[in-house]
Amino acid sequence: MTLTTKHSGNRTLHLKGVRRAFGSYNALAGIDLTVKGGEFIALLGPSGCGKSTALNCIAGLLPLTGGSIHLGDRRIDELKPEDRGFGMVFQNYALFPHMSVAKNVGFGLAMRRVDKAESARRVDEALSLVRLQSQKEKLPGQMSGGQQQRVAIARAIVIEPPIVLMDEPLSNLDAKLRLEMRGEIRRIHDTIGSTTIYVTHDQDEALSMADRIVVMREGEIRQVGTPEDLYERPAHADVAEFMGFRNRLQGRVTSVEGERAAVDVGGVPLAGRVREEVRPGGAAIVTVRPEDLVAGANPSGLPARVTGIEYRGRAFFGTAVAEGGAELFFRSDRSLAKDETVRLSPEPARTLVFAGAAA
Amino acid sequence: MSSVPLDGVAAAAGIEEEAKIAFRTRLAARGLDATTLLVLPALISIVLLFVYPFMYGLMLSFQPKVGGFLANYAKFFEEPFLYDTIWTTIRLALPVTILNLLLAVPIAMRVRLMRRQRLLTTILVLPVTLGTVLIAEGLLNYLGPQGWFNRTLITAGILSAPVKLTNNYWGVFASLLITGFPFTFLLTLSYVTGIDPALEQAGAVFGANARKRFSKIILPLILPGLAITFCLSFVQAFAVFPSAVLLGAPAGPTRVISIAAYQAAFEEYDYSLASAIAMIMGFVQLAIVVLILSARGLLYRGPAGGTKG
Repeated sequence: MTLTTKHSGNRTLHLKGVRRAFGSYNALAGIDLTVKGGEFIALLGPSGCGKSTALNCIAGLLPLTGGSIHLGDRRIDELKPEDRGFGMVFQNYALFPHMSVAKNVGFGLAMRRVDKAESARRVDEALSLVRLQSQKEKLPGQMSGGQQQRVAIARAIVIEPPIVLMDEPLSNLDAKLRLEMRGEIRRIHDTIGSTTIYVTHDQDEALSMADRIVVMREGEIRQVGTPEDLYERPAHADVAEFMGFRNRLQGRVTSVEGERAAVDVGGVPLAGRVREEVRPGGAAIVTVRPEDLVAGANPSGLPARVTGIEYRGRAFFGTAVAEGGAELFFRSDRSLAKDETVRLSPEPARTLVFAGAAA
Repeated sequence: MSSVPLDGVAAAAGIEEEAKIAFRTRLAARGLDATTLLVLPALISIVLLFVYPFMYGLMLSFQPKVGGFLANYAKFFEEPFLYDTIWTTIRLALPVTILNLLLAVPIAMRVRLMRRQRLLTTILVLPVTLGTVLIAEGLLNYLGPQGWFNRTLITAGILSAPVKLTNNYWGVFASLLITGFPFTFLLTLSYVTGIDPALEQAGAVFGANARKRFSKIILPLILPGLAITFCLSFVQAFAVFPSAVLLGAPAGPTRVISIAAYQAAFEEYDYSLASAIAMIMGFVQLAIVVLILSARGLLYRGPAGGTKG
């Protein structure tokens, strides 16, 4: 493959205090982020967190209301989208319905006045990268969703952009295709060596594809880190919840010893790793993943009433209500009856303790 | 024993019932069910109000007062006074339709992006509710030699004598433009707003400036719709009658084809000739519509969205 990004100069992307307001609503409340050339960055967050707004600001489709964006030493936030030279994959693909696949992919090249022979060669190359050489003459409407999505990717990379922006490109595909395309997109990223900024609300997608993940919430960046960082060491209870720590219990800290803390949750002592500064006597939030909250392992665990249970291959997963009324998600080695009372004990090494709301 | 024949009857009834359902299902599969009956009133109206009068007129046109069955048509194409009306009408209808489209597209492109679309659309569409006669009367006053238009220009020193804008070609032109625009605009707006905004964004990201985005993305996608709009607007303009009489020079430059038909029918009482003229008028309209629609057949006509529908 000779398709690579030519921009070997400084192509570090800097977002400095980027703000975007819609009326009185702050979709982006001052974002600072540095993306190195060649990096695969995922912007992760629930819908409405500002991740797509951030992407549109980088693309130039939305003007900023504050801050600036720089590519290398060049300020780009005042450039029109057509002058930024980025590639973008839209959520609904946005393929030109009246143009053949080859014309769609070659659109950016035609706009750059690349000569015909060179353009044809590069279109072929891009299409072979997404494995669609044989479909060149088809119209987008004649293709499946997965194929359209690959055309959209080919169109974005054929111009050899310094940065490829992807806005939830897999959200319209079925589960199997989604898994396949994850690998595909990462492979293409590695092949052409571009910088990729990938917006998603699916943490599995972000974890499996990205070099670094930016977790956003309410227009702010909550944490930036490698997938391992975020998965093992989330910095906020919000981030933890997004990373699969579905159980969230309010308690009071009884003791802190270096990395470890003991928390009293409704009279039951639980142990966990400290993630935010906590003091004995202070309020705390204890979070743990369902697979690390095990039923029946310890007779001194949290008492709870089972409300549902389902078999998922290697284990049973269930829901229960704790005495305080909190809903819990747990794992069990055996099936349990509804309304049965169980003792749930969290795995201390995989239980995280965050500072609770001051009470 | 007695239950056997009963079972047999029940079974037979069951089979009959099954056959009945199957027959109904088969009819429904061909699009014939109770809902189809709802088409009947419309169908009857069309037959009574369009098909029958049309056929009657067609037959009438072949029964001239004097001469063979084609005498009316021969007369029309022999007399410049008659056949010139085709050209007179085209000379009015074609530029008006084209100008209306040229005005409607950019305005629709702009209105599409506006939040207060309703207000502007209402203002633009208002002329539809006024009727051609009211507009004609208004224009007679406004554009006439003593009207505001001329007076303002004379007061401003731009003109020394009033420019003649009524009772000639331009009066009819202006009136057709005003009455035709709302229709053209609304149709165009619906085609323009039907285009997924993401397509334009994609165009921008991949390096197309505003002009290129219009010519490469928007225009090809609205062109089939514009062709339909053209046909409908053209047919409407071609049938011009009241404004050609009120605002034009019905004896001369704006003697359109409908005036010729009117005169034949109600001044010469030659219904047969009038019918022939109406048929010729219909044929010219049809010819132009067919021409445009066959050109449209060469264009892309799929959905204007960027994703699988």
